[in-house]
Amino acid sequence: MGRTKKAGKKEEPAAAAAGAAAGGAAADDGPSTSYDASLPATLEEQRTRIICKPDRNLHTTSTIAASQWASLGVDAAFDLARFKRGFDISITSYEGDDMEFEMKGVSCAVANSLRRIMISETPTMAIEHVFIVNNTSVIQDEVLSHRLGLIPLKVDPRLFQYKSKEDAPSEQNTIVLKLKVECRRLPNGALENDKVYSSALQWLPEGSEMPDETSCRFASSQAALVPDGVRPVHDDILIAKLRPGQAIELECHCIKGVGDEHAKWSPVATTWYRLMPEVVLLQQPRGQVAEELAEQLPGLLHLSGSGDKATVVVGDVRKHDKLLEKVRRLSGEERYAPYIQLRKIKDHFIFTIESTGAWRPHELFNYAVQMMVSKCDKVLEGLQVFPNRSF
Amino acid sequence: MQGTGGYGAGGVPSGPVQVAYICGDCGAENTLKPGDVIRCRECGYRILYKKRTKRVVQYEAR
Repeated sequence: MGRTKKAGKKEEPAAAAAGAAAGGAAADDGPSTSYDASLPATLEEQRTRIICKPDRNLHTTSTIAASQWASLGVDAAFDLARFKRGFDISITSYEGDDMEFEMKGVSCAVANSLRRIMISETPTMAIEHVFIVNNTSVIQDEVLSHRLGLIPLKVDPRLFQYKSKEDAPSEQNTIVLKLKVECRRLPNGALENDKVYSSALQWLPEGSEMPDETSCRFASSQAALVPDGVRPVHDDILIAKLRPGQAIELECHCIKGVGDEHAKWSPVATTWYRLMPEVVLLQQPRGQVAEELAEQLPGLLHLSGSGDKATVVVGDVRKHDKLLEKVRRLSGEERYAPYIQLRKIKDHFIFTIESTGAWRPHELFNYAVQMMVSKCDKVLEGLQVFPNRSF
Repeated sequence: MQGTGGYGAGGVPSGPVQVAYICGDCGAENTLKPGDVIRCRECGYRILYKKRTKRVVQYEAR
C-alpha cells in the first residue's frame, strides 16, 4: 500500500465534498470500505471521517447496520469481496519487542477486539506460587512474592497446559524456579550479592527440590519439553537488596494464565491503536495566508510560489505527528478556519504492540486473530443449534 | 530445630529448652534457656530477636 492518492476513483466524494477541496489531498487514499453505490458527499464524509474541531470531535460514531442507508438506495450490508478490496495491513516499524503497523478497512469493533484479546486473553507463564524457606531481607515475604510474580519469563506458553486449582502440579503445567542468595562481605571489603537480580532465578527442569512441602512431583524432566530453557526476559530486574548476613531462599512455581485473571500474565506492556490523521485544505490558501500557514506548520505544509501567487501543498502527515494538534488549534482561528482542517480516518488504524518478551509481537497479533476466528466459530456453532425457523 | 528442642512439631521437648536468638545490635547468635538474662553474650545489648521459622511458607505471587 502507499499513501499516494488514487486518482480518478469514485471513492473520493469526501474530498470533492465540501465543494472546496482544492488540492486538499491529505495523507491517504479514499475510504477503503466504500460502498458500490455512492452516498452523498457530505454523508460519505461523515461516515468515513472524524472532523477534529478545536473544542470537540464531530461524527465520532460508526454504525454497521445493513439497512443504514436503505432509504438512499445504498446497501450497507457486509460484502466479502468489498472487504478484501479495502483491507490492507503493513508493518511500519519493528524494533525488538515493539511493533507498529497500519491496518486499513476494518471496523473499530474488530480492531478493538484484537487489542483486548492481546491484553487479556493471550496466555503467558508467570510465577504464581512462592514457597519461602528463608527470607531475612528487609523486604516482606508478601511484597517479595508479588514482585517475583511480575517478572516476565521467556518461555513459550504453548508448550504448557493450564493448571486448574484441582490439578496436581506436573511437568506439563508447572515450571519451577529456585532463588537462593546470601549476602556477605568479601575479604577485600566489597559486598557479594547485595543486589538480587532476576538473573539469580535458576530453572529446575527436574522439578521441586522439596516435593513434600510443595506437593509438586515431576514424572520426568522438563528439559526435553522446553529445549530452550526457562529464564527471565530481562536479567537486570532488581528483586531485593541485601545486607551482609541476610539471605533469601525460595522456590517459585510458575503456571500458565491470561491477563484477564491477573495483569502479570498479560503478554504486552500494552497495545494500542490510534486513527490515521488527515490534514485537509478546505480551499487553497493564497498569498499571505499561505505563507503564514506554511510558517506555522513547517514541514507539514510546503510553500510553492511566492508573493500573491503563494500556495501550499500538504506533506507527509505521519512524519509530523507533533504538528497535528496545532492544525486542530489553527482550524479554530477565524483567519485559518476556511482553509485548513484536521480529520481522522475511521477505518485506518495505526496499531502499536509492545510485547513483554514472552511472545514476538507479530505472533501476538496472529494469535489474537486466530482467537477471534475461533470465537466466531463458536458463535456460528451456537446458532446452528437453533432449529430453522423464521423469527 | 532439633538441637535447640523448640516447641515446633517435635512434641515433648527433651532436656532443657534452648532457643537461639539473634542480637539486635551485633547480629550474634545467642542460645538462651528459661530464666536466663536477656542479654547478648557478645556485646551486652538487651534486645534479642527470635529466628524465623524453619518451615516453608507459601505465598501467592499477586
